[in-house]
Amino acid sequence: MTDRLPGFSTLAVHAGAQPDPTTGARATPIYQTTSFVFNDADHAASLFGLQAFGNIYTRIGNPTNAVLEERVAALEGGTAALAVASGHAAQLVVLQQLLRPGDEIIAARKLYGGSINQFTHAFKAFGWNVAWADPDEIESFERAVTPHTKAIFIESIANPAGSITDIEAIAAVARKAGVPLIVDNTLASPYLIKPIDHGADIVVHSLTKFLGGHGNSLGGIIVDAGTFDWSKDNKYPMLSEPRPEYHGIRIQETFGNFAFAIACRVLGLRDLGPALSPFNAFMILTGIETLPLRMQKHCDNAKAVAEFLSTHPAVSAVNYAGLPGDKYNALQRKYAPKGAGAVFTFSLKGGYDAGVNLVSNLKLFSHLANVGDTRSLVIHPASTTHSQLDDAAKVKSGAAPEVVRLSIGIEDKEDLIADLDQALRA
Amino acid sequence: MNHDAYDDNYIRSILNNVKSIAMVGASPVNVRPSFFAFKYLAQRGYDMIPVNPGHVGKALMGKPFVASLADIDRPIDMIDIFRNSSHIMPVVEEALKLSPLPKVIWMQLGARDDAAAEKAEAAGLKVVMNRCPKIEYGRLSSEISWMGVNSRTLSSKRAPIPTQGMRLSLNRTSFGGGQTAASDRAAKNKTETT
Ligand SMILES: Cc1ncc(COP(=O)(O)O)c(C=O)c1O
Repeated sequence: MTDRLPGFSTLAVHAGAQPDPTTGARATPIYQTTSFVFNDADHAASLFGLQAFGNIYTRIGNPTNAVLEERVAALEGGTAALAVASGHAAQLVVLQQLLRPGDEIIAARKLYGGSINQFTHAFKAFGWNVAWADPDEIESFERAVTPHTKAIFIESIANPAGSITDIEAIAAVARKAGVPLIVDNTLASPYLIKPIDHGADIVVHSLTKFLGGHGNSLGGIIVDAGTFDWSKDNKYPMLSEPRPEYHGIRIQETFGNFAFAIACRVLGLRDLGPALSPFNAFMILTGIETLPLRMQKHCDNAKAVAEFLSTHPAVSAVNYAGLPGDKYNALQRKYAPKGAGAVFTFSLKGGYDAGVNLVSNLKLFSHLANVGDTRSLVIHPASTTHSQLDDAAKVKSGAAPEVVRLSIGIEDKEDLIADLDQALRA
Repeated sequence: MNHDAYDDNYIRSILNNVKSIAMVGASPVNVRPSFFAFKYLAQRGYDMIPVNPGHVGKALMGKPFVASLADIDRPIDMIDIFRNSSHIMPVVEEALKLSPLPKVIWMQLGARDDAAAEKAEAAGLKVVMNRCPKIEYGRLSSEISWMGVNSRTLSSKRAPIPTQGMRLSLNRTSFGGGQTAASDRAAKNKTETT
């Protein structure tokens, strides 16, 4: 008998969650506890020494969070995952495993503005240098490779403009350079794009967005594809060298194809500390159960709204990869055929002021700094998320002064179009 | 036999049916992967035999090391080879001289020798390559899910209780609590006096 491979929607509901062994509870219980008793002294020593699988302390692992981890690992087609407190925490923990002071990461210039800040300022202070490359020009990644390069970082669908990245082309650059490709898959979610199928070695998410999906809980996750050989060339001592924290264990040798996820847990999360609350894990898990339904509705609504805007007299341009004439339409049909996501930007003929007016005239869209909520959201990046960037960097990351970003929710599309229409006319 | 991907049922039937496991290349050093796997499998009730000529005279979890498979005094169901791919063939050849024959040859994570596998399979043995029995046991028992690992299993059945310490037991030592009847009575007395 051959094992049956469950479909995406089945995994979204079931992966990682079995009835509770003790009580039989069918929904995943919230294990709201800091710590877990040991059976005896030897069991405690085995757990601390990484010899046994089990729970110690919620900063290192928690049974509710573990269900979320397995669920997302299954949806992404990875070997294992680690949930953390936010998307930003995921990025921090990943890079801590890979970079030493003086090392470099090549990052796509089109990233969430907060990530550009994190890389430019916070990581710089750790001695981790970033080289920016243009995802629309693959050679710019190749040119950026140096002997100090330790990883390449891109977004599958980039925030804010919803542009689609040629993951396979950049994966080829990473392979040639002998470094892992990290893909932030937040805006696509694995329902639209599974970066591991296209060559990603590590996937990160802000669970805060479409995976949780209801705008109620922060969270982040790191998924290990199990594809990268960390011990080749000794470039990644956190994984290949004996770890003094654990009496000389080598993480890759001991944990094989899920070593990266374990390193993130036992070296990253344990020592840096950004643990996810089990309550948030529960909320996000509940959200994930309806991910396929929500994501399709998000995409279908977004396409209808983008079509409406593209013919509106007040609008000078719409950047939505799902529109036939869009620059990224070919990449969208290749990487995300089910839909182009629900976050995109458009430009107003009236410039900066028209952007500010639009935001204040909308009645159904909420003006706030988030994406991937059931509710439709709007923001003017130039005055908010991307305000710390200088003007040139604003334009390069897709946040010029006349640009407005939408995150389309799962309301009735007719109501969203009516709200935009009245606000554009007001 | 496809050695690139094993069905869960194949691995499950091996782990359910073998009782004794000789671990070739077992190490007494407690940070080596072989030590982890040896201890884990011993705790799951397998009859474990450490094989390593360099450590004869010592013991691993109370089990004395033997120098070679031929030195084992009882039938072995499975041979778990903790050696590099280049050292697999001689171990398999030695295993095929045993009587009775073992039922399973298992090569550790990272180890693979297709010629050795073919030889063992021709003699009727089952073969697993490039896997760790500890990880596979943990995966199929859902225990490894605690580490966020993708067990690639779904089930609507209550998970087996994975460690002995978690078994609900009447004999668990308890502290306080008192007699139900007495506390009922105390509660009753309290209400009556107020
Ligand atoms: C693409 C992307 N990555 C990462 C993040 C950061 O996630 P968090 O806010 O959960 O730290 C965001 C948040 O907006 C995002 O949109």
